[in-house]
Amino acid sequence: MVKRIEKDFARFREIIKGQIRKDLRKYITHGEMIGKRGKYAVSIPLPSLRIPTFRFGKNDRTGVGQGEGEPGTPIAAGEQDPGGRGAGDTPGQHLLEVDVTIEELAQILGEELELPRIKPRGQSTLWADRDRYTGVARAGPESLRHFKRTYREALKRSMAMGIYDPAAPMIVPIREDRRYRSRKPRQVPQNNAVVIYMMDVSGSMGDEQKEIVRTEAFWIDTWLRSQYKKVETRYIVHDASAKEVDRDTFYSIKESGGTKISSAYLVCDELIKKSFNPSEWNIYPFHFSDGDNWGSEDTKKCVDLLQEAVLPRVNVFCYGQVKSAYGSGQFKKDLDGAFPDSPQVITSEIRDKAGIYDSIKEFLGRGK
Amino acid sequence: MAAKKSVHRNGKEPLRIVQEEILEAARAFGLDPIRTVFELVAHDELNEIAAYGGFPTRYPHWRFGMGYEELAKGYTYGLSKIYELVINNDPCYAYLMKSNARVDQKMVIAHVYGHSDFFKNNMWFSQTHRRMIDEMANHGTRIRRYLERHGERTVEEFLDAALSLEWLIDYHSVYSPTRRRTRYDFSEPEDPAAVHRLRADHDYMDRYINPPDYLEAQRKRNVDRAKAAKRFPERPEKDVLAFLIEHAPIENWQRDILSIVREESYYIAPQALTKIMNEGWATYWHAKIMTEKALDPAEVVDFADHHSATLGTQPGALNPYKLGVELWRDIEDRWNRGRFGREYDECDDLARKRMWDLNLGLGREKIFEVRRIYNDLTFIDDFLTKEFCEDQNLFVYRHNAQSNRYEISERDFETVKRTLLFRLTNMGHPLLQVVDGNFRNRSELLLIHAHEGFDLDLEEARDALRNLQRIWQRPVNLETVLEDQLKLLVYDGQKHSEEDLSRTFA
Repeated sequence: MVKRIEKDFARFREIIKGQIRKDLRKYITHGEMIGKRGKYAVSIPLPSLRIPTFRFGKNDRTGVGQGEGEPGTPIAAGEQDPGGRGAGDTPGQHLLEVDVTIEELAQILGEELELPRIKPRGQSTLWADRDRYTGVARAGPESLRHFKRTYREALKRSMAMGIYDPAAPMIVPIREDRRYRSRKPRQVPQNNAVVIYMMDVSGSMGDEQKEIVRTEAFWIDTWLRSQYKKVETRYIVHDASAKEVDRDTFYSIKESGGTKISSAYLVCDELIKKSFNPSEWNIYPFHFSDGDNWGSEDTKKCVDLLQEAVLPRVNVFCYGQVKSAYGSGQFKKDLDGAFPDSPQVITSEIRDKAGIYDSIKEFLGRGK
Repeated sequence: MAAKKSVHRNGKEPLRIVQEEILEAARAFGLDPIRTVFELVAHDELNEIAAYGGFPTRYPHWRFGMGYEELAKGYTYGLSKIYELVINNDPCYAYLMKSNARVDQKMVIAHVYGHSDFFKNNMWFSQTHRRMIDEMANHGTRIRRYLERHGERTVEEFLDAALSLEWLIDYHSVYSPTRRRTRYDFSEPEDPAAVHRLRADHDYMDRYINPPDYLEAQRKRNVDRAKAAKRFPERPEKDVLAFLIEHAPIENWQRDILSIVREESYYIAPQALTKIMNEGWATYWHAKIMTEKALDPAEVVDFADHHSATLGTQPGALNPYKLGVELWRDIEDRWNRGRFGREYDECDDLARKRMWDLNLGLGREKIFEVRRIYNDLTFIDDFLTKEFCEDQNLFVYRHNAQSNRYEISERDFETVKRTLLFRLTNMGHPLLQVVDGNFRNRSELLLIHAHEGFDLDLEEARDALRNLQRIWQRPVNLETVLEDQLKLLVYDGQKHSEEDLSRTFA
């Protein structure tokens, strides 16, 4: 039975999605939902999703309670209304928070940014065998017995034998009638991806820049997760030297000193060689920095590394240049100069938080 | 079918027998419930029914879906659980959660009979539709038909607008919810200045038969009346929804939707008006019936546990179950011992007052009388005494802007009572009245908010005004006070504006 509420519930979810889509730019820019991320869902505050009524406002924050305490004793924090179920309280003081699954969020993101679906790389090389229960066989374990098919066979047989009586339709399957589901191997595209985030953590990258990277990474993750069955993430930080770190360190580490981007690309190259066979993985290295590098010599080294080691193995290489007060922004120019028309290298400049939206579109808009 | 299965679990007596026993006990105590039908439902069904406010056949709208999500989430995470849901209808319907333990079912059945008795016998419920289940289904059918005929989005938009105004009814007119003009008079108005004179056969008597002062007063009254009659509406209308139904330039299906929303608001109003009394009454009786009649010795601990959970208070929240039941017991005790009336009130010997006992034994009689004629507002006003306020640790809390916390501000009896009464007046909603349907002589609508010291939430008021305009279709105006300034909020269909009226009035 389809419950009546399901239709209303579906409509409610639809309205939520519409609301999020409408305010997507705001959500992306503020990055407020990242902190509220669970494993499968994000909870998003939606103040506008309520039927507006004439009700008392802020200076009405008083009421009657019951319990111990002297005047001045705090009884509740200010964000929520303490009289949630008291008589005659103003209703709905709390902000409506809705849970949206990562998939739904990715879908909204994809639709709003008009992101193309990613075509897994090298279709001929990345195949895996998957078994699917699509066939029917005459023998098999009882747990896989195909009830409908079995009875259909029995019906056919009894009609052929002339023992079927439409007035008293009774069908008894015998051993030969039984049918079982059977599995058929099927080739499906290999569907694993790894995202390798690299970030410049030298002194010139401040908290604001890191926040931008964090927000951007959240949305990239969200999108890629919707496109691949399994997505792994790896993190590399660098200043003059590079190392692989875990996620928390990645966002919190603070180094000072110079910047040698090639060091990160080297670590990235090693990581791919060691753990991610390009014939089994879709590989997405993302690099964020403020565009300063130690010198043109190192930049040259970077370009060579990308050209020879990284690009042949990865789906696409993305470079995001976060504007900082100290960064010269030279590196993006150098990359653009070195790979003028390469479909595999995407660079994007992120001026401030408001720029995140467009930069995500640049990175993911090619469907690679 | 499903009910039967769980009833026979454990080989104990079926719930049906329990129900009959409890009903018998309730009747023996003097309760007089409506015939009550119990239905056992699974948690998701119960959540669904609760999301529809108790009426599974209600019209479709996304806000019920929103409520459902909240309930379902609360249940999944173990934060909240509905034990029971009871519908004011004849017969009364009560939905019980199938997974309730047996002792809970007993308690809940007794509780439901308390509500059922209250529905039947409290006068504020006397005018409610007792076939509301059918009526709601009827509403559902009508709205579904409009959905098909006029398109889902069109109807939804209108419903959203209508629901935005659903509390703009005249709560305290329970006895005349359908009070409307029954006939219209289209005859030419007489000259208001002409005053009827009594016949005086002699001129010199005229001065005495028709005294000039009196004639002048009459004339003035007539002129005033004529002025009032030209006003539209004649007197301020609290029932804004009714005014819109009658006068807004909308189509009939839209009128019908407004009338559906209004009818449901009037149906629900008595429950909101008697929340404390009703929950207190049901709690009082479930405790009484359970402890004196229905409880098995083995169930005592579970009962005590669950009963006290219903009465638990959080520091900031007022629990209507708790406040209600304590107040009922206090009334019963006072009338049993004669702790009321002038002699008691004027006694200033505290020791004597504490020991006061006249052995009147009027308690039971008194609470039945109170349950018949009171609502929360009069209940609190008449029976919340200083002693009770102190015994129950009631306090007033206030938001402290500096610390962004709610803090206990005082325990003074007068303030507590005043705050509580304010909360219960007009069900805690701001009071808005239509005063002019032809404002500025341009068919604009003017509403006045009777400001009682608390401002409206400006942002929401604007959104609600927009919805009001969607129905009225001409510009809408709301006079209110914001931060001590008399303001006129205007929405003309395109943009919001604000006029400062304080200068004109100062």
